[in-house]
Amino acid sequence: MNLTKEQQAILDGEKGDTLARVMKTLVRYGEIFGADAMVPVTGKYNHLVTSFGLKALKPVYELMDKLIESGHVSTQKFSADPRPLDPDVPSSFLQDFIFKNFMYSRQADYEKQLNELGLMEKDAFSCTCYMDEVGNTPAMGEVLSWSESSAVVYANSVLGARCNRNSGIIDLMGSVLGYVPYFGLLTDEGRKATWIVKIETTKKPEAQLLGSAIGMKVMEDVPYIVGLDKWLGGQLDDAAKTYLKDFGAATASNGAVGLYHVENITPEAVKQGESLVAEGAQVYVIDDAELERVYKSYPVIWKNKEATPKLCFMGCPHMSLNQLIDWTQKIDESLKQAGKSKVCIPTVFTAAPAVLKKFEETPYAATLKEAGVITSYICPLMYMNNPLSEKMPVITSSNKLRTYTSARYYTDAEILEQITKGGGK
Amino acid sequence: MKEFKGRIVAPGTVCAPALVSHGGLNTLASFQKALQFGDKKATCGDQNNPDLYGKQMAGKALCLPRTIGSTTGGLVLYCACSMKRQPACMLFSEPIDSLAAAGAILADVWLDEVTMPVVDSLGEEFLNYVKDNMTITVKEDGTVVVED
Repeated sequence: MNLTKEQQAILDGEKGDTLARVMKTLVRYGEIFGADAMVPVTGKYNHLVTSFGLKALKPVYELMDKLIESGHVSTQKFSADPRPLDPDVPSSFLQDFIFKNFMYSRQADYEKQLNELGLMEKDAFSCTCYMDEVGNTPAMGEVLSWSESSAVVYANSVLGARCNRNSGIIDLMGSVLGYVPYFGLLTDEGRKATWIVKIETTKKPEAQLLGSAIGMKVMEDVPYIVGLDKWLGGQLDDAAKTYLKDFGAATASNGAVGLYHVENITPEAVKQGESLVAEGAQVYVIDDAELERVYKSYPVIWKNKEATPKLCFMGCPHMSLNQLIDWTQKIDESLKQAGKSKVCIPTVFTAAPAVLKKFEETPYAATLKEAGVITSYICPLMYMNNPLSEKMPVITSSNKLRTYTSARYYTDAEILEQITKGGGK
Repeated sequence: MKEFKGRIVAPGTVCAPALVSHGGLNTLASFQKALQFGDKKATCGDQNNPDLYGKQMAGKALCLPRTIGSTTGGLVLYCACSMKRQPACMLFSEPIDSLAAAGAILADVWLDEVTMPVVDSLGEEFLNYVKDNMTITVKEDGTVVVED
């Protein structure tokens, strides 16, 4: 690694042992992946994956205390993933007790730490920090030190920013130091596609299913996707961004994709076209049959596979404003068709606090409330990741939630049918 | 007995029984329950990993292709090391991924009393050959010896 004089001095301990260890961590991290330099972080804000005061992560909080005590807090303000608790989300007495007293007993302390380290504002908790309403939206070409796989893949692909798939703690260290190692998705070469994915479906593919199929096929590689633009209306409008948010989260969680290009849609693909495709790229064709095969391959890990769902979670990653409005209209219409006034499965829609605030200003908020749907800022993953919740039959159209928890995946249309008409499969 | 040569990610020597995952290790799903509920054996809690689910990970030579899943992966591994519930070593058949690398390096740089040797790029043949409970010896130069 070729360090500048200033960087070498930090590594040699001239600014103290804590900052030297931060530098050593990032230098070694970079060297593993062939980085030969540390480059400045140029994005305005950072984003951290750790938003939860999970008792099990005590060593992380101790490390953060070391940073705070030595005065080496983040040089950027940052947002963080969603909070793990919300009293509005249905839970049993036992779940409440376990959540508050065992699992997330460090939540208040941890939020205090985040404030000291540089949290943007008190409600800057969402995995979709890049939404206009939240305000952490990097510009094309900016270098980031983010974590949270769904946010990283969105920033790289839809916004054209440059960020590796960093782990928690590494994310914070990048903004404490102000530098990140130059490798992978930060480089032009690392952003070349080694897969061409041809979409040959007869209808618009389900975003979460398409992302899952591509993620499982290409794993950590970069795909260049052709034939999807016609289903997205040929432009990167709000609807396309919402589609790509869900699509990208599925590529990142079902595989380990950090960047994708969509021909004629995403900024680098619009600018550079097929020159983004590396020589010898492999080809993956996706048609209706392939999507059906992928859907049928998902294991159902409920003990009773015929159980009646007790909860439906939508919004992993958090929903956009236009998604909340669209779903409100669909639920309202479907309930009217069924001659019902409320959803028949307890249903939670999750979104960033700032997005929920904006939604509350629309007339749709009252309609959704009347339909019995609960809105929340919670992280569904954090709600589900424990022995009590994993026994619950929970349904979702999030492929990320399906992958990490016992939640069962259904397409959007199937979810709508189940929550409004009780039409289980 | 067979020897494999890999790249050293975190240095150290160790001898331990093998525990083999042919699929990627979902670090959060595998370790969360063990860290949360004080399980010193670090019993794997990932129901989607049939090779590891329900098995003790602490003290084992964990042989795997790569890690997968949440970007909390690195810090979860760091916590497992800090709480002394880590595998004896981690041996990757593929080049290491960014999340596992972060966990290995964080533990090596920040935890003075903990050692978890990590070697990657051992090759596909390594994962085809090694079986649960074979004896694994990791040498200083990144050589991994597998004995029946």
